[in-house]
Amino acid sequence: MALETLMDVLFLRKLANRRITMKKEALIAQLKDIVQPYVQNEEALENLTENTDFISDLKINSANLVDVVLDVEEVFDIEIDNDAMEKMLTVKAAMEIISAKLDEK
Amino acid sequence: MRNRVVITGLGVVAPNGVGLQAFSKAIKNGVSGVRYHQNLADLNFSCCIGGIPEITEDKKLEYLTPLQLRGFKSSGILYGCMAGIDAWKDAGLSLDAKSELDYDTGTIFGTGTSGVEKFREAIYKLDNNQVKRLGSTVVTQTMASGVSAILGGILGLGNQVTTNSSACATGTEAILMGYERLKNGQAKRMLVGSCSGHGPYIWGGFDAMRVMTYKYNDKPKQGSRPMSASASGFVPGSGAGALMLETLDSALARNAHVYAEVLGGNINSGGQRNGGTMTAPNSEAVQRCIKDAIKNAGIKAADIDVINGHLTATMKDPVEIKNWSKALGRTGLDFPYINSLKSMVGHCLAASGSIESVAAVLELNEGFIFPSINTEDIHEDIASIIDGSKIPHKTILSDINIVAKASFGFGDVNGCVIFKKISK
Repeated sequence: MALETLMDVLFLRKLANRRITMKKEALIAQLKDIVQPYVQNEEALENLTENTDFISDLKINSANLVDVVLDVEEVFDIEIDNDAMEKMLTVKAAMEIISAKLDEK
Repeated sequence: MRNRVVITGLGVVAPNGVGLQAFSKAIKNGVSGVRYHQNLADLNFSCCIGGIPEITEDKKLEYLTPLQLRGFKSSGILYGCMAGIDAWKDAGLSLDAKSELDYDTGTIFGTGTSGVEKFREAIYKLDNNQVKRLGSTVVTQTMASGVSAILGGILGLGNQVTTNSSACATGTEAILMGYERLKNGQAKRMLVGSCSGHGPYIWGGFDAMRVMTYKYNDKPKQGSRPMSASASGFVPGSGAGALMLETLDSALARNAHVYAEVLGGNINSGGQRNGGTMTAPNSEAVQRCIKDAIKNAGIKAADIDVINGHLTATMKDPVEIKNWSKALGRTGLDFPYINSLKSMVGHCLAASGSIESVAAVLELNEGFIFPSINTEDIHEDIASIIDGSKIPHKTILSDINIVAKASFGFGDVNGCVIFKKISK
């Protein structure tokens, strides 16, 4: 009985982890679509990961970061304040900010 | 024939002082003209502070007629006309509506946009099917050359009358364009300058780009902090500056007071290559612009006593200092004094180059270096290149000889002009 419960827990956790990973992957894919028009380094876009930097890797013009944020706001129906925006310089930071804002909803 | 070109008149409408005397006093005392504006807050602006010249209705009537002011909504043109007329009078030239047409005198008076507020009013009427009700001045208040067109009529100018536009380099470019015309003998006098209006419809686009600071809404006078470690974007400003340029021969013939000489300068562009973009300068081109200006003026880098920087209070300030240092080959204590008028008036955009040049010419004429306020915490990337003592916190009384003034604008365009004290 105890063993079965433990296995259930493990199974559920695995399922949850997979769901998080899938959610993460879906988010990365959505972000990839959003930044695509502004990217000047297509190769880096192909290999986009959590650690990709918008300016140094994707060569997005810093002035265009504002447009990326506007597109993110539209796609996810969220509002990103100035302080959060200043931090949105990498895929990882963007994902964290978007997830936090979605959780608030 | 190559004429020497001198400055015989100045006019200025700035957020910290309207008129030459008030402005001179304000910059010597480090007075900030940056204030909080509730209308910006009401419109959800991130940055709710800005520099706006304080002008009464009575003051406007000293420059424009009641008819000209009827339905008038172009603050930039108003500032430009005020500064332009002041410079004209300051040069000892007479203002007479019936004066004889003067083919030897023209104007190059720049701006970024004109009459945006008038344009807004017109668009509302148009969309409401009221095109017939626009009135007669929508065109003249919104055309880019509105300011030079009105000035040309008030002063009776018969030489070139035009408006240049190169974003935040506009004012410095106007001076150099007028200088060229005089040097080449195509005119005897050129009124040069630039203007920029104020308000949400002009500043909104910059607020959206997040290039204006939103961290000093509760302490506006500390908001504009070029070269500071705590700089977080520029503060928008507005106003106009004007300089009466004249060939030395013409000035001597009129026995006019001479403020300073325009020794030369240079205008170029970074072509949005090598790191340059629509909004960021190509450093290589900036350095070349400064070097070519020095060459054109026939001086050496070591001759420059004071740099009147572009220095807007964005993260590009350290890059600008690096470019000056490389172009001049001067560092540490050997670096010239450097100040930014924007610390007191904000970034007056298209008007910045001319207002700042008026300040530079006043320094040469009166023998002082105005303070760059809000620089108690110099950015470390600046402090590692130049000695902190080269950024004045208080006015320094000193008989300076040469000031280099540079402006850089969107589109990756640069301008650098060299002013020299005139030996009496």
